[in-house]
Amino acid sequence: MIILIGILVSVATYLILSRNMIRIIIGTAVLSHAVNLLIMTSGGLKTGNVPLLGHGDGPFTDALPQALILTAIVISFATTAFLLVLAYRTYKTNGSDDFNELRGMSDE
Amino acid sequence: MNNIIVLPLIIPIFTAVILVFLRNYIVVQRMITITTMIAVSIISFFLLELVQREGIIKLDFSGWKPPFGILFVADTFSVLMVLTSSIVTVFCLLYAFSTIGERHENMFIYSFVLLLVGGVNGSFLTGDIFNLFVCFEVMLMASYVLVALGGEKVQLRESLKYVLINVIGSSIFLIALAYLYSTVKTLNMAHIAERVAEAGQDPMLTTVALVLFIVFSLKAGLVLFFWLPGSYVVPPTAVQALFAALLTKVGVYALIRTFTLMFPHQPEVTHTIIGIFAGATIILGCMGALASRNVLTIAAYNIVIAVGFILIGLAVGTESAIAGSVYYLIHDMVAKALLFLLVGMMVYLTGEKLIDHMSGLIRNYPLFGWIYFLTMLALVGIPPLSGFVGKVLIGKGSIEAGSYVLLFLGFASSLVVLFSLLKIFLSSFFGETIITNEDKKPLPIASMASFIALALCMIAIGLGAEQLLVYVQDATNILVNPSIYIDAILSES
Repeated sequence: MIILIGILVSVATYLILSRNMIRIIIGTAVLSHAVNLLIMTSGGLKTGNVPLLGHGDGPFTDALPQALILTAIVISFATTAFLLVLAYRTYKTNGSDDFNELRGMSDE
Repeated sequence: MNNIIVLPLIIPIFTAVILVFLRNYIVVQRMITITTMIAVSIISFFLLELVQREGIIKLDFSGWKPPFGILFVADTFSVLMVLTSSIVTVFCLLYAFSTIGERHENMFIYSFVLLLVGGVNGSFLTGDIFNLFVCFEVMLMASYVLVALGGEKVQLRESLKYVLINVIGSSIFLIALAYLYSTVKTLNMAHIAERVAEAGQDPMLTTVALVLFIVFSLKAGLVLFFWLPGSYVVPPTAVQALFAALLTKVGVYALIRTFTLMFPHQPEVTHTIIGIFAGATIILGCMGALASRNVLTIAAYNIVIAVGFILIGLAVGTESAIAGSVYYLIHDMVAKALLFLLVGMMVYLTGEKLIDHMSGLIRNYPLFGWIYFLTMLALVGIPPLSGFVGKVLIGKGSIEAGSYVLLFLGFASSLVVLFSLLKIFLSSFFGETIITNEDKKPLPIASMASFIALALCMIAIGLGAEQLLVYVQDATNILVNPSIYIDAILSES
């Protein structure tokens, strides 16, 4: 699991460091998946029962990381959607999806 | 009774949703928005009195006792922040009504402003670190929209960078939370503080603390402020003023909270790094402010300088230094909002952004000019005005702790602030007037009212320092002795 997270983070870093807008956005999405997996490992994997009373005795699995991941997924979903719309509008208005050409300040 | 704590979060968010349905009724939208914010200000004032009387109050959602449930905590520091941000928002809205234009008002701008305020208040009041992340996201989401709203070329370009930086920042925040949870197995701030104190702050926890530090510095604009001048300059003035007053200050609040409550045990590592960062921020911010000829950029770099100055107080860490930070934070929220509104009004009146192209404004608008002068004096820290007490307290604290380098940097930065703002004053307000009486645009009355009101706030903070210091001292007391906070949260369970 840790190795998988490591691979995802490195892929995400590579993508974010590129100049193309869409690659960067995919990079942030991959990064958020890596982080979600990391939160999952923080609760400890493969230990214990379903955390419901009456479904067997303890030890129970820690349910909190899953709640955290759920929240994080919703948030990252929303930001990614917003980013894609924003990127599309920026591409339409500025006529470029290359960050080198979006440096700014030169036309002011 | 405790339910009152949640109102500063709930009311703006509910109202924001209601406003979505009132899209075409702009006057109704304005009335509802301003009434809501005034109501929130009154509630937070009431809350401040309550906290002052009864000590820290908390609200456990759905009756889950801490450390298991999510909770809201109101201590003097957080309520002071909520109160200031609500009042500043009222005046920024007043300014927005007269200047922002129908195009923005049709596109739900008031809803997003209210969501922003809801997120900011939530971040101040929460007692759970994951909830802090969620409130940060609410606030950031609203701010993304506010930066991009309007759809101009520059706005879209800068907003894309702003959003990307913050998305990556949020991921790092989550990484820090995951490590924190796997080491201390709790997310309640008071409980984290207790466990960290019990286990001793080992290198692992210090690393986690530093990851959190990086995240909050990104939000506060501490060293990692490269995104700030770009994205704060592009939105409409009222939104700029809100950002200047609220967004970076939430980051500063989170830094102060984290390093006084949760990770205060390794000051030789963490607080030294904070000190270095604060010093570097001041130097770089000063360079930016001196080099720029654009009024908006100068104002944006002044935010950066102030953030560095406030964090000197945290880095030094003595009682009076932290009191100074709290006091200066309150002052800075008011003064920076006013500065941005004034500078935005200059751009609106002349249609120019460079100081070389403006001249003689004080002849056309005398009162406006003198309010600018007053703001400048307050930001520099001239005695009867609001910046003075904060600067004195931070200075006193750094002398007590013997950190003379930071002391020197802090007070040298005052001179740079004076110089950069005086540069605007001399070249834009004095000199030959360029606006003839025929082209003179009338100054909107509502925005003039908001200038005067904010200026009065500033004078009140300065003159009423004695009254305010009671609250500030109380806030500092809790910050310096985290055990008060921890006991208040965990004792009943």
